[in-house]
Amino acid sequence: MLDINKIRAQFPILNRKVNGKELVYFDNGATTQKPQAVIDAEANYYSNENANVHRGVHFLSGLATDKFEETRNTIQAFIGAKHNHEIIFTKGTTDSINLVANGFRTLLNKGDEIIISEMEHHSNIVPWQMCCEISGATLKVIPLLNNGSLDMDSFEKLLSENTKLVAVSHVSNALGTINPIEIIIEKAHAKGAQVMIDGAQAASHIVLDMQKLNPDFYCFSAHKMFGPTGVGVLYGKEDSLNALPPYQGGGEMIKEVNFSGTSYACLPHKFEAGTPNIAGVIAFKAAIDFITELGVETIAKYEDELLQYATSEILKIEGVKIFGTTKNKSGIISFNIDGLHPYDIGMIVDKLGVAIRTGHHCTQPIMQKFNIPGTARISIAVYNTKAEVDVCINAIKKAKQMLS
Amino acid sequence: METIKNIQAEIIEDFEMFDDWMQKYEFLIDLGKELAPIEEQYKIEDNLIKGCQSRVWLHAEKQDGKIVYTADSDAIMTKGIIAILIRVLSKQTPSEIISADLSFIDTIGLKEQLSATRANGLVSMIKKMKLYALAYQN
Repeated sequence: MLDINKIRAQFPILNRKVNGKELVYFDNGATTQKPQAVIDAEANYYSNENANVHRGVHFLSGLATDKFEETRNTIQAFIGAKHNHEIIFTKGTTDSINLVANGFRTLLNKGDEIIISEMEHHSNIVPWQMCCEISGATLKVIPLLNNGSLDMDSFEKLLSENTKLVAVSHVSNALGTINPIEIIIEKAHAKGAQVMIDGAQAASHIVLDMQKLNPDFYCFSAHKMFGPTGVGVLYGKEDSLNALPPYQGGGEMIKEVNFSGTSYACLPHKFEAGTPNIAGVIAFKAAIDFITELGVETIAKYEDELLQYATSEILKIEGVKIFGTTKNKSGIISFNIDGLHPYDIGMIVDKLGVAIRTGHHCTQPIMQKFNIPGTARISIAVYNTKAEVDVCINAIKKAKQMLS
Repeated sequence: METIKNIQAEIIEDFEMFDDWMQKYEFLIDLGKELAPIEEQYKIEDNLIKGCQSRVWLHAEKQDGKIVYTADSDAIMTKGIIAILIRVLSKQTPSEIISADLSFIDTIGLKEQLSATRANGLVSMIKKMKLYALAYQN
């Protein structure tokens, strides 16, 4: 059993008021709040440990490097990677995807195919469009079913010997759907294609084991899992990462620089040019520790309880339609109310202290599929409570009453 | 014929009656509902204002030397905001519209009610209205 009050006490921001009301934060899909341990770790780095990593012989540089690498090891354990050099630090999920897409530009030719899905975030669409434009490869799209799940029959039909990469999200940020990535990975591999999973909405909500799941690449962001902004991870199998050319040139990523030619460093440094977000990476460990202490499975179970409760309560409001209605869902409720614009709902509940997201959630193709301008989205984190769900539902009811 | 300045003073007076945001929002919602409809033929891509979270269509015509604006939005509160702008700027001459000082927006606290992205939408609306006036000046 989780002691939610004890968990909440670790998040200073949850004590603040907005518009004179207690903050009720249900925009966790956009970014989660940070526990004191993460805030302290970031401050402590600048107060006591600040030095550049992997460069100096002096004490502080050694200390910063050790702590930086400690996070890498912690993440390796957290996601069950085989080697710690399979963990590449990036700026975030978007950066991780761009790194892979940039590499594939040089590996793909005309006639090759990349498969993505209709539910992808723009950051898992546009890099592949750019990749195809330059390499001459073709982009194929797995369509969505009306319940917000992937049309797996179509996926199998799209797969062919020409498929070189399948890039899909683990959990849809706009619908909450958990995709059957085990099956996708297995089927893609059977055709000789590699698989990249966008795990931005999954990483603190679903237990991850890279060796069991077996993706070739997996990406996520620290800030959506209680960590700092500006830090992300690209996991890649050793062979898959080695096959990609470097992303950015600069310091740290080289073995030897000559004007006749430069040789590149080994993994992970080959992909970590320039001074990284050292403070952020070090503080990210505190976020992972926070998650592991609670246990991802325990978190998932609690979030699912809240999801079921919030779903049943919101459906009691007349005219509510939820987008994303599969059984296998993570803590996201995307909804509209008949005749009302999500923007109007968001503006009013905001005044009542409730933070939800409104708009297209960077997933315009989903909005086009359902022929809607956007949705209002509630996204749950472990520090949310049933009482907060009630406040949120009442705020939505108030908005409906004012707008109707 | 009311001047832009007088209309602004009236709107400020309207808003002074409200004690809290809830009443302001209800007023905006009412204004949105009452806004005269735009003709369907003008609800086109070209008339959409960029920079708004919701879709806003704005059309302008010159009648007897004055500009008449019509608008619509799929979000009711946005519609309320544009209704206020129309009340101030519609049926004025281009030169009056171009030189209009719209400081009433700050006085009634409309910008504070909107987040930065949404306030940008408000700025885009005003800009588009003034651009129409510029285009119709000659």
